Amino acid sequence: MLLAGCEESLSAVHPAGPAAAVIAQLWWVLLGGATAIFLFVAALIVLAWRRPPAETEERRFVIWLGLAFPMTVLAALLAYGLVVGERLLPRATPDLVRVHAEARQWAWRFLYDDLPRLETNNVLHIPADRPVDVAITTVDVVHGFWVPRLAGKLDAVPGHVNVLRIEADAPGRYEGLGSEFNGVGYRDHRFTVIAHDDAGWRAFLQGERP
Amino acid sequence: MNALRRHRALSRIWASDPGLKGWFTTVNHTDLGRMFLFVATFFFVVGGILAMLIRAQLASPRSAFLGPDHYNQIFTMHGTIMMFLFAIPFFEGLAVYLLPKMLGTRDLAFPRLTAYGFWCYVFGGAMMIFALLAGFAPDSGWFMYPPLSSTIGAPGINSDFWLIGITFVEISAISAAVEITVTVLRYRAPGMSLSRMPIFAWYALVTAVMILTGFPPLILGSILLELERALGMPFFQVAQGGDALLWQHLFWLFGHPEVYIIFLPAAGAISTILPVMARTTLMGYGWIIAAAVSLGMLSFGLWVHHMFTTGIPHMGLAFFSAASTLVVVPTAVQIFAWIGTLWKGRPAMHLPMLWLLAFFATFVIGGLTGVMVAIVPFDWQAHDTYFIVAHLHYVLVGGFVFPMIAALYYWMPHFTGRKTYFKLGHAAFWLVVPGFHGTFLALHWAGLLGMRRRIDSYEAGQGWETINIIASISGFVMAIGFALVLIDVVVNAVVAIRGSRDPWGAGTLDWAMPTPAAPYNFASLAHVTSREPLYEDPELPVRLARGEGYLGDPARGRRETLSVDIATGEPRYVVIFPGNTALPMLMSAITGLFFLGMLIKAYWLVPISALGVIACALVWVRGLGRRAPEGKLTVGRGLSLEAAAEAADPPGWWGSVFLLLANGTFFGSLLFGYAFLFSIAPNWPPPAYLEPGILPLVLVLAGAGLTLIGPRLDTLMGQGAALVGLVLIASAALPVLSESPDPTLHAYDATVWVFVGYGLLHCLVSILMWSVVGLRRLSGHSALTTLGARRIACLWSDYTLLVALLTTAAIGLPGVLT
Repeated sequence: MLLAGCEESLSAVHPAGPAAAVIAQLWWVLLGGATAIFLFVAALIVLAWRRPPAETEERRFVIWLGLAFPMTVLAALLAYGLVVGERLLPRATPDLVRVHAEARQWAWRFLYDDLPRLETNNVLHIPADRPVDVAITTVDVVHGFWVPRLAGKLDAVPGHVNVLRIEADAPGRYEGLGSEFNGVGYRDHRFTVIAHDDAGWRAFLQGERP
Repeated sequence: MNALRRHRALSRIWASDPGLKGWFTTVNHTDLGRMFLFVATFFFVVGGILAMLIRAQLASPRSAFLGPDHYNQIFTMHGTIMMFLFAIPFFEGLAVYLLPKMLGTRDLAFPRLTAYGFWCYVFGGAMMIFALLAGFAPDSGWFMYPPLSSTIGAPGINSDFWLIGITFVEISAISAAVEITVTVLRYRAPGMSLSRMPIFAWYALVTAVMILTGFPPLILGSILLELERALGMPFFQVAQGGDALLWQHLFWLFGHPEVYIIFLPAAGAISTILPVMARTTLMGYGWIIAAAVSLGMLSFGLWVHHMFTTGIPHMGLAFFSAASTLVVVPTAVQIFAWIGTLWKGRPAMHLPMLWLLAFFATFVIGGLTGVMVAIVPFDWQAHDTYFIVAHLHYVLVGGFVFPMIAALYYWMPHFTGRKTYFKLGHAAFWLVVPGFHGTFLALHWAGLLGMRRRIDSYEAGQGWETINIIASISGFVMAIGFALVLIDVVVNAVVAIRGSRDPWGAGTLDWAMPTPAAPYNFASLAHVTSREPLYEDPELPVRLARGEGYLGDPARGRRETLSVDIATGEPRYVVIFPGNTALPMLMSAITGLFFLGMLIKAYWLVPISALGVIACALVWVRGLGRRAPEGKLTVGRGLSLEAAAEAADPPGWWGSVFLLLANGTFFGSLLFGYAFLFSIAPNWPPPAYLEPGILPLVLVLAGAGLTLIGPRLDTLMGQGAALVGLVLIASAALPVLSESPDPTLHAYDATVWVFVGYGLLHCLVSILMWSVVGLRRLSGHSALTTLGARRIACLWSDYTLLVALLTTAAIGLPGVLT
């Protein structure tokens, strides 16, 4: 348990993979914009007390501030969000690794396309620096699959298969969580992702267990 | 007759029964509004205590205060109580109390329905409290996702309490919504055209229509899930053709409009209070109405943003992401129109204004974090973490609780007739608002550091400890502040000195009466010629008390008010209200037995109490019919009008129209659910589609023909034909169900049974209605005084035959096509 107990092991704002990184960057942009807008609105309200009363134009408040201002900001934001969303899609790439995550109350079982006979429990092995598609399923209730430092979360819905693209920049251990409330064992519905370097991944596929 | 004698005469007519009995027999909106607000505040306290338990548990890591089984019940009940038993009923209470006063009339459209809704709320709420105290409260989270909330994840009675208790409480939401809609449209002071209506009434109208179209999907979902739990009909079991996602769609189809159902009344209060505090009139009245209406409509198009992580295709997500950000625009129009109003006037810093500033600071932050989570990739990280917990509290506390406290302090002189004298309110403000931000601001960050919502405890070392201890301490500070608000209200209500009539200098009609309000509201009804009648004519209250308006003469000795034309506000007819009665309470108690029978699986109780409800309903309508017409009645100011009982569109007809709007949404949701399972759910098609053959089709078509034509011949023969038609339609159920004997086999069979059950229920309702109309005619009621009842029955039987035809198509087509 090398990193367990470390401050950032579950943090979405300390990314360790490309998907988490673009989302973290998105967050900082959102925070900056939101802070600016909040200060602007607060200033407008304070000014209502600080200035002498005068004729106030309805157009300025309703049309410019109420309609034009949010529409402009939102259009830009939406475009940005769509671009980021497109980048996160699980598209076909040559060095793709495919694994399966099967959730149950309250454990995870992982299966590997490259090693059909193998299953691991509560530990997911992946190669570092290669895109990994996780096919997420459940055998009982709705669960969620979330490795905050690698990517966003995706639910496991009975009868459906959802595919999430994750990738770790560097070898290491990354904490994973069940992220949809699923009953009394929810708190401990966790797993670990171990990202191997090239040699380590080859060894893993040949049956060595770290 | 002088003002005092008029007051005495009207009070005799309108007063509730004295003493304890009055609590149970009152149908007066002032009483019931206060009772609604009182009970809703009680539930706010209960929900608040649960919140304190949550914060106590989370104050430190590895807390051993509560185990997961108790913790799960507590957070589920905190959300459930705050949403269903506090926020919605509090709005209902405020609207019930205020609307007739603001609209310049004497009561709501259906006084007994107000009482019925109130008692359903009390009894349903009591069920939930009982479950909480007995230790088997719902524990699957307030959005109750199956399969966790179904028999697989929750075999006990816990989920049943939620599904049955909340459905029972929703009766009060639906009845209040019908009532508010009809009241705003038809019960106003003469001359009050739509464009002269107080802004709060506009907001209440939009909110009420949203309740009528937003709650039915939830009611349907609850019924389906309860059918799955109780009888094994597999709507959400994937192995048998159900789909857990169907619940999520139905729930959020309700759940998102719900957020705006909570925010819009608060926005209505803000739009009313803010201009008075700024000593000016509201900027952009028309814009604000347009914004409220478009907010209401847009809010139905973005439920999927609660389901961004369920694996919906990216293009679908893009659409709902765009819709979710678009909803910011009408919100911004309102915010900036309010700020413009402040700029336009000379704002004074009274206590209500202080709470409105807290609203701005809090709600703007909540709105901005709302935009963040509307951006899909960010939501994939923030979803189901404390970021969402913080966001939703900013929106709901900032957008509802703070404005409601502003409203409380603004209308307190009205509720009590006293000056707000003690200054506890300021101390409370400075505890609640900083306490609130101390609790929730840093929790956003905890969410980004990976703190999931709904975990019952956590390990140290994630950087969450400081945030959580600050949140817990601030949470208790906020709770002390809320307690102080309550103490302040009680103290002021009991001991403060008598105040003047219109302490804030407002212009709306709610201040054109002595306070506390007399049971009849206005001694005579004003003729309104502007949006702020009191600014135009400050002497208006005196002239109304002198009886210079309409219906100032109490000679007829019964509760009367005027109903007006929807658009122009021209007076149309005289409405005669029923007097005090315990019937609504009795009927809701029997309705409660109906739900209780299902809850404790005492199924023998269900049909008995259903018969009891029908009996009550028959007694209910008995009082509405008159044998012979009264002709024109003088209403004062040289005007004579007919009574509502002789109109073609009596209040009951309008009520039916809006009840059918809710009902139609329910049926539409059922069709949506069927189409969803048909096209999305795995394990479809079912082993076999029904092929019931030609017999049911013939029965339905023949029955539909008779039901369509019969009522339109105004003869007993025609009414008889309608009855025969309805029986024919109902009898088509037999051959259909005999083809599909087991509703537990597949979601398809289960759906067929629900379709048939819904159709049969409507046949029964229509048969009852036409029987009542026929019996009235037989017993010598005139054609004129049964006209309204006939048209109401006609609405329902037309709806029934539409349902029958659509159901026949929905059940029959897949079998024919495949």
